[in-house]
Amino acid sequence: MSPVLSPAINIAFLLVMLGVVGGFIRLVKGPSLPDRIVALDLMTVQIVSFCGLYAIQSGQRAFVDVAIVLALVGFLATVALARFVERRQRRPDPPSPSASPADNATASARPSAPTGGRP
Amino acid sequence: MILDYILAAIAILGGFFCFVAGLGVLRLPDVLIRMHASTKAGTLGSGLILIAVAIFFADTATITRAVATILFLFITAPVAAHMIGRAAFRSGVPLWRTRLEDGASEKLGR
Repeated sequence: MSPVLSPAINIAFLLVMLGVVGGFIRLVKGPSLPDRIVALDLMTVQIVSFCGLYAIQSGQRAFVDVAIVLALVGFLATVALARFVERRQRRPDPPSPSASPADNATASARPSAPTGGRP
Repeated sequence: MILDYILAAIAILGGFFCFVAGLGVLRLPDVLIRMHASTKAGTLGSGLILIAVAIFFADTATITRAVATILFLFITAPVAAHMIGRAAFRSGVPLWRTRLEDGASEKLGR
């Protein structure tokens, strides 16, 4: 590690950790569930870059594999959480093919439903 | 040497874009606008840092892994952002300075 590269890697570590802290504050105080999912996605991408920086600092190539696996798992987690939000939104409509007054009731109640995005 | 200066510049630039992504997610007013900061700036920062990793190690296995990670991030970031954006819009989060027309919320499934 040369005397030029070492402080540059330390500065990059500091900036990435500040970004992770910003994402974590949004994760804690995010007003709705999609805010928290966006913050988790951002934190995953930033921990991937953290793994890259640590691979440079420690000189071990294995951390690049950690970065690949973390990107893959983070993508799966984001997709699963997004589908969870969308399905939870769709759930308040009960499938009732037998009774037509219930259909009218749910159809009229549907525009007032969207506040279900709050946890 | 020259290569160390180039690596230092790329690493600091990538760290700066990661910081900008975190700051944008923390400070911007709306879910969709926050997603704009997170997806673009975060992917750019991670891509720059992984390019720095590929230049630093400079052997075939590590370059292949770094390029594969960058391509994976570039492919999956728009897909994930699209899914989160659609879910957020349909679950009816409040939008910043946006007014939907009267019939639009019915048509969009909001």
